[in-house]
Amino acid sequence: MPNSSTGTRAESLGHAMTTATASGAQVQQITVQPKRRNLELFLIVVAWGLGVLGTLQVAWATGEGIHPRFWITASVVGAIAIATHCIVRWRAPFADPFMLPIATLLTILGLVMIYRLDVAAAQRAERNSNPIPTPDVYNQLTWYAVAATLFVLVLIVLRDHRVLQRYTYTAGLVGVILLLLPLAPVIGATVNGATLWVRIGGLTFQPAEVAKILLTIFFAGYLVVTRDSLALVRTKFLGIGFPRARDLGPILIVWLVSLGVLVFERDLGTSLLFFGLFVSMLYIATQRKSWLILGALLFTVGAVGAYLLFGHVRARVQVWLDPFAYADTAGYQIVQSLYGFANGGLFGTGLGRGYPELVPFANTDFILAALGEELGLTGAVAILLLYAVLIERGLRTAVSVRDPFGQLLAAGLSITFAIQVFVIVGGVTRLIPLTGLTTPFLSYGGSSLVANWVIIAILLVISNRARRPADAPAQLDTAPTQVVRR
Amino acid sequence: MTRSIRRLSLVLVILLVALLANITYIQVFRSDTYRAKADNQRVLLEEYGRERGPILTGPEAIAKSEQTRGALKWLRVYPSGEEYASVTGFYSIVYGATGLERTENEILSGSSDLFFVDRLQQLIAGRQPRGGGVTTTIDPDVQAAAWAGLEGTRGAAFAIEPSTGRILAQVQAPSFDPNVLSSHDPASIRDYYDELINDPDQPLINRPIVALNPPGSTFKLVTAAAALSSGRFTMESVLPGPAEYDLPLTNKTLRNWTGEDCGPNGEVTLKDALAYSCNTAFAWLGNELGADALRTQSELFGFDTAFETPLRASTSRFPDAPDEPQTAMSAIGQFDVRATAMQMAMVTAGIANDGVVMEPYLVQEIRGPDLAILRTADPTVFRTAMSTADAKQLQDMMVAVVEYGTGIVLRGITDGKGNLIAVGAKTGTAQTGRDGAPVSWMVAMAPASNPKIAVAVVVEDGGQAEVSGGAIAGPIARAMIEAALR
Repeated sequence: MPNSSTGTRAESLGHAMTTATASGAQVQQITVQPKRRNLELFLIVVAWGLGVLGTLQVAWATGEGIHPRFWITASVVGAIAIATHCIVRWRAPFADPFMLPIATLLTILGLVMIYRLDVAAAQRAERNSNPIPTPDVYNQLTWYAVAATLFVLVLIVLRDHRVLQRYTYTAGLVGVILLLLPLAPVIGATVNGATLWVRIGGLTFQPAEVAKILLTIFFAGYLVVTRDSLALVRTKFLGIGFPRARDLGPILIVWLVSLGVLVFERDLGTSLLFFGLFVSMLYIATQRKSWLILGALLFTVGAVGAYLLFGHVRARVQVWLDPFAYADTAGYQIVQSLYGFANGGLFGTGLGRGYPELVPFANTDFILAALGEELGLTGAVAILLLYAVLIERGLRTAVSVRDPFGQLLAAGLSITFAIQVFVIVGGVTRLIPLTGLTTPFLSYGGSSLVANWVIIAILLVISNRARRPADAPAQLDTAPTQVVRR
Repeated sequence: MTRSIRRLSLVLVILLVALLANITYIQVFRSDTYRAKADNQRVLLEEYGRERGPILTGPEAIAKSEQTRGALKWLRVYPSGEEYASVTGFYSIVYGATGLERTENEILSGSSDLFFVDRLQQLIAGRQPRGGGVTTTIDPDVQAAAWAGLEGTRGAAFAIEPSTGRILAQVQAPSFDPNVLSSHDPASIRDYYDELINDPDQPLINRPIVALNPPGSTFKLVTAAAALSSGRFTMESVLPGPAEYDLPLTNKTLRNWTGEDCGPNGEVTLKDALAYSCNTAFAWLGNELGADALRTQSELFGFDTAFETPLRASTSRFPDAPDEPQTAMSAIGQFDVRATAMQMAMVTAGIANDGVVMEPYLVQEIRGPDLAILRTADPTVFRTAMSTADAKQLQDMMVAVVEYGTGIVLRGITDGKGNLIAVGAKTGTAQTGRDGAPVSWMVAMAPASNPKIAVAVVVEDGGQAEVSGGAIAGPIARAMIEAALR
């Protein structure tokens, strides 16, 4: 059948397309992706229901009983979730129906685990007759509200993602400033050895989280313009074309900035995130493998150099190679994390029945260890698959949107999730050396939650444009004589 | 750019697979290794987070778990404390577990394969909060009588049901309080443990099954059994029984404890030799039979076998290659003959059971978390030590010990209805090699016509003479028999 290949492509690209019927009649129709907003609503309600069940399980299994404010809290979470859905229904009706429910479910799972760890902390304080610490879950809930508000604002203000291309260099400049802000006197702050915080008044935030959005916009805007020259091949080596020497400037600059973040802010995770993001986007923009090879080379040089020059990097690697030798000191966290995962086994201890509080920073960097212990391998795999689907939907959006800037931006934003998940999950499970990054949506922490929700908003805006059929007829070269809308 | 995005997503899939494989490796394949690590607090918390099953004697718990408000949720308590310490052992966060707490740990903690179905449920419904129960074979009345008699001395008591091998009593003195060792306060546990370790009377030694003492004249039962089994002697055979026996190859003599001939003209029947505990007659008999015959007979009763009841007992020994004087001394339970109280109770029980020695066992029933009986002990024959006819003769000889010999302290025992009961017994006194302190023994079985109980009592700081030996260990044996027949 002559049309079958085009048909498949149309589906995979996910936008309106004309097809001829098999009978040969000139009936042309536009296949429109179903909006599936009701599916989205249904999945969000399921996510909320899972959160309610999880919280009740924690209340029961820990013997804490149902908190008097539980139903109020649950209603607030439900209201925020429904509000985000409504704004999507209104402003981005054609957007992908899975991204919002996944982000919501991960956020709610995070809230449940943060509550569970609050209970553990309170019970421990009670046993030792210490004052009961302030619970973190209400802070996180507040941040979820702030994140949802920004999500709504982005969807209202940003009708078309292409607007962002105008701010390419502004975004780049502000992004770099934000990245370096923790080094500024007075407001910069060092927490747990890493200088990645800014403290203004009583509020602290991690500017790198905002910087990652701005720099993705910058990379996308910059690469759209320069990709043709960056794709030019000067020399061939081992059958692979390498770029001209003068085009090496950008990758070297990003490499140096990443190294700077590593050296001066001691933030291995953020450094890795930005370099990995840039190299990935460079490859996507130019389709040249040589950039990946160059990136890998630069990474190796940077990694080996950092290992040789900096004690804190060397310590990380040593702990990674043999955490049990440092079980009482630098390896304590990772060892406790492994013990947690091991205690969870296949099906987990059940929420509220494990000992996730034994891992330091269980509600931030190590929240997956806590979830892995109480929900088991099944739960941990389910969470990883949620991320996988989220990233896949983001990349699908990237291939389906028509403008190159949108493609690069959607791919870049999806890749930030991928790198973050790989680096932090690989770290807490000792696949790779541990580096401090937040687990998107799950970890306790406002900057990260807000930034990730803004990324979801931008992805939905792009997705809405990619999938919407509205202006299709006018743009089609072979204008249809008849448009049948399904 | 679609192509490079697709290629890049392939890389992301590889990273995802790496994460999934690694997390599966940790949670499934390495789980047991990590759990077995000594510094894994979770194991302890987990162990103490579940209700450990009870150890029961009849309907009464001799070890049970009580809920606390501490980090370790369950506390092990022993209502009968010191009396049953030899049976229960302790369950300590500092020093691990001993006794049935150690050997039956899989049952008590609920990790045994017997609970496979329960564990399958746990996999789905979360961890089961309870372990299974263990019922001992102990008769609480006999145990109480033994404990009351031994308190304040240094010694041990052991009682067996001859027809089955059920252990009816197992008491050590001095004992220790397992409640203190099983508390959750490491400091007080350590203090108490140090105190016990430094006590010259060594209360942590499980005396009835571990302490090896020369059995003295009680070993004459083995020598007599060997004589009867040889076919050369009956209980009426006349043996030389002078006041002194010239030890061959030496210029030393062996004297009767009375210092007189055992019978008229220095001659005595085998029966009377046992009744009066005639050393010279048995020394002569030992060399007549030879060391090999004595050793073989002792091994048929259980010497040279390591028993696990399931508590691990010391192996009782008959010397390897004694010369003639040593054989003479061995025949009366001196020289290098060493036996546990359990072993001498087994000799007595074997004779009482018409020559058939049963395997001693301490666990009657294994119960599930709901206390339903999962498994009941099956009595097994250890060895046939002598023919029924010979055993009957030896039973008669033991009755003679009580009726007119050294065991008169056991005369006049009545059953619950006031009927006089025939009791068979043998007394013993031995010098220990080390400090020369005399060891007093009494072994007995009753009713002689159809024995229900065989006891062995040893008091390590007993008096000098044979009669006083019977006077110290005898009343304890008597109280135990009366408790059993009441």
